[in-house]
Amino acid sequence: MDSSPIILTLASVVLVSTPLIIAVCGEILTERSGIVNLSLDGTMLMAAMTGFIVAFESDSVWIGFLAAMAIGAFFAFIVAFGSIRLRQSQFAIGFVLTLLGDDLSAFLGQNYTRIPGPVVKHYAIPILKDIPIIGPIFFNQNAVVYFAFILVAVTWFWLFRTQPGLRLRSAGDRPEAGFARGVGINFQRYLYTIIGGALVGIAGASYSLNIKIGWSEGITRGLGWIVLAIVIFGGWSPIRGMFGALLFGATKALATYLQRTFPEVSVVAFNAIPWVLMILVLLLVGSDFTERVIMIVPKSLQRPLQRMLRISPPQALGSTFVED
Amino acid sequence: MRIELRDIRKYFGPVKANDGINLVLEGGRIYGLLGENGAGKSTLMKILSGYQPPDTGEILFDDQIQHFSSPADALGKGIGMLYQDPLDVPAFSVNDNYLLGRDQRIVLDYKNASHELQEMTARFGFELDLQSRIENLSLGERQQLELARLLVGGAQVLILDEPTTGISAEQKEVLFGSMRKLAREEGKTLILVSHKLDEVQELCDEALVLQRGKLVGQTDIPCPNEKLVKMMFGQVPERSARPDFDLGEVVLELIDLRVPTYRLTIKDINLTIRQGEIFGFAGLEGSGQRLVLQACAGLLQPDHGKILLDGQDVSSWPYHRMQNAGVGYVADGRLEEGLVAGLTIEEHVELAKPKHSFFINRKVLFAITETKIEQFQIVGRPDSTADELSGGNQQRLLFALLRDNQKSILLENPTRGLDVRSSNWIWDQLNHRREGGTAILFMSSDLDEIFERSDRIAVFSGGNMSRVLETVNTSVEEIGHLIGGQA
Repeated sequence: MDSSPIILTLASVVLVSTPLIIAVCGEILTERSGIVNLSLDGTMLMAAMTGFIVAFESDSVWIGFLAAMAIGAFFAFIVAFGSIRLRQSQFAIGFVLTLLGDDLSAFLGQNYTRIPGPVVKHYAIPILKDIPIIGPIFFNQNAVVYFAFILVAVTWFWLFRTQPGLRLRSAGDRPEAGFARGVGINFQRYLYTIIGGALVGIAGASYSLNIKIGWSEGITRGLGWIVLAIVIFGGWSPIRGMFGALLFGATKALATYLQRTFPEVSVVAFNAIPWVLMILVLLLVGSDFTERVIMIVPKSLQRPLQRMLRISPPQALGSTFVED
Repeated sequence: MRIELRDIRKYFGPVKANDGINLVLEGGRIYGLLGENGAGKSTLMKILSGYQPPDTGEILFDDQIQHFSSPADALGKGIGMLYQDPLDVPAFSVNDNYLLGRDQRIVLDYKNASHELQEMTARFGFELDLQSRIENLSLGERQQLELARLLVGGAQVLILDEPTTGISAEQKEVLFGSMRKLAREEGKTLILVSHKLDEVQELCDEALVLQRGKLVGQTDIPCPNEKLVKMMFGQVPERSARPDFDLGEVVLELIDLRVPTYRLTIKDINLTIRQGEIFGFAGLEGSGQRLVLQACAGLLQPDHGKILLDGQDVSSWPYHRMQNAGVGYVADGRLEEGLVAGLTIEEHVELAKPKHSFFINRKVLFAITETKIEQFQIVGRPDSTADELSGGNQQRLLFALLRDNQKSILLENPTRGLDVRSSNWIWDQLNHRREGGTAILFMSSDLDEIFERSDRIAVFSGGNMSRVLETVNTSVEEIGHLIGGQA
């Protein structure tokens, strides 16, 4: 049963979703601190290119990942520095970096296209991999996949159960209040923009070193925008963001399946499925219908359910803060 | 702790916000800081609480010179400030909000936080739902939490900026009770920044009066109100008398009105308002008075009952149609609902015109705006944006935008946050309008204002309206009972 087509498909959905999950966690950290790093699409391309080339030359995927993190952190630093220190529009900077990353990665990586390179090694976790259904889907993968899921848990815990998490969220929600309590707002924003960028770097490299092995121009194009959308759809929560990424991966797989089944229908139509589905989910979550459904469930479940479905963007997202 | 301010100066460009202030504050006393809008109160308190450094001058605690690098630093040294709009994080839970910046350990200790908060709230008789989120609390409750936070943070000196604006009468009693306790029993120094003379009289031991950045008066309390007003303004402004006035025809009639909203439903509202009448709505914030005004303005739709304007059923008319029919509405949130922050006075004047042409005649517009600015005594230029104006001038601008010959004007807290002079000016304008036959409906959280200005009063409590009271035949006690929900 472990090798049934459904299990294999689900396992590949999990694998394909990991870069999204990692990048979503990174961008959530950044946006929760009050900065929007719009450069993700370009950053991921740069990271995918750098990660592959460095891994290829050093023959070590891990050094490749480190290089990708550095590139991601550097792009994020430009966004943070430009918006905090130079007081320029973070949206404009991020957008220009997206375009830059796209072209620069194509230029710098042109001698390395379509050649085989090092790959993250498969590593099934003993014992856990033998759990029926769940085992082959989640625990018969590799270190990058495990890292993604651990990252979700750590990000959630960090944000909602620790003092540094409070400080981080205060910077994005009400910087004046954080400042009054001794939080260095702009320090928080630098820190989490850079950490977020490094994670986006890992996401980009995990594409070229783990999923579509190798480098070719525009290999991850579009994924950055998807990540930005999932962050919003997921209400800036890592756990919901993870589900969003998995849902996106699943609909992608569905689209591929449908495309093979109905070859006469245009490819473009199937590619649109994930987006339509995401909008439907979003509408459903905030609808009166859902409110009514919540009213039916037992009283003790209502409050946690409502809390789970609540979406509140960081109130100071995208604004500048001047420390007097 | 003894605090001394020596020759504090703070200039903003040509504006001397603080111009050489010398002051000594002793422990165990409650000080009232008074002054007109723009007298320099906020600047002085921001300097004292570490939000901004003075240009020159020194702050001494028990003869030790102090420098504050940030508000958190000032709190660490014993000075806490409670803002009118509490500095908390609305999206946080009560515990998270309390723990932010307090606990230095990495993983949060909620048990301990709940425990400390409970102890604190019990000590001062605060009643709070500690499981709630900040955004679901009332302003008064958020204030109590801030107070608890500042005290646990080690505040020896507490500055309270207009703390009674927007909180309930009970919360005010609790607040004043805890302030007295802090001063008398724990020897803390309290500074109450306020516009309201009766509050200063009720609570404080000493009043400090600022005028144009200078300390112009210092007196023990109690003292006659006139003395304080004289120090604040240099002269006692005449309370504008309410001229006797014969009421005309019925303008506005509400019959069995019912307006449901998400939070509160008002029902069975029956009212008749005549030309030239001033009608005041009293009650705690959020008791339904605003909903009635919004229904009359066409912003909310009643689901039962009728609104008649000059005998015509206008219940389902939208806002713009009501506006054109002669019903003016001045909302409470000046920058939120009334004005557009980034637009200039000129552009506001253009927008408010009843008829628009496609192109704007700049010359004519400029001339009209200049006349309005002069007529309504707005301190600003035609190209000043709304958010550059002070609160009082924003309110003046809103009045300048009201059309002439209104049948009725609806106002929410028309003088909130304004000093006595600006308030009087506003009411002079309104009285002038009533002489032209305009019916005026207003709500106010200031009972004195309701008493002083209205012909008749209705009190709201939990969405219900009391019987209509003639101002001359009622008393503060009676209104107080009705506000508390007692018939």
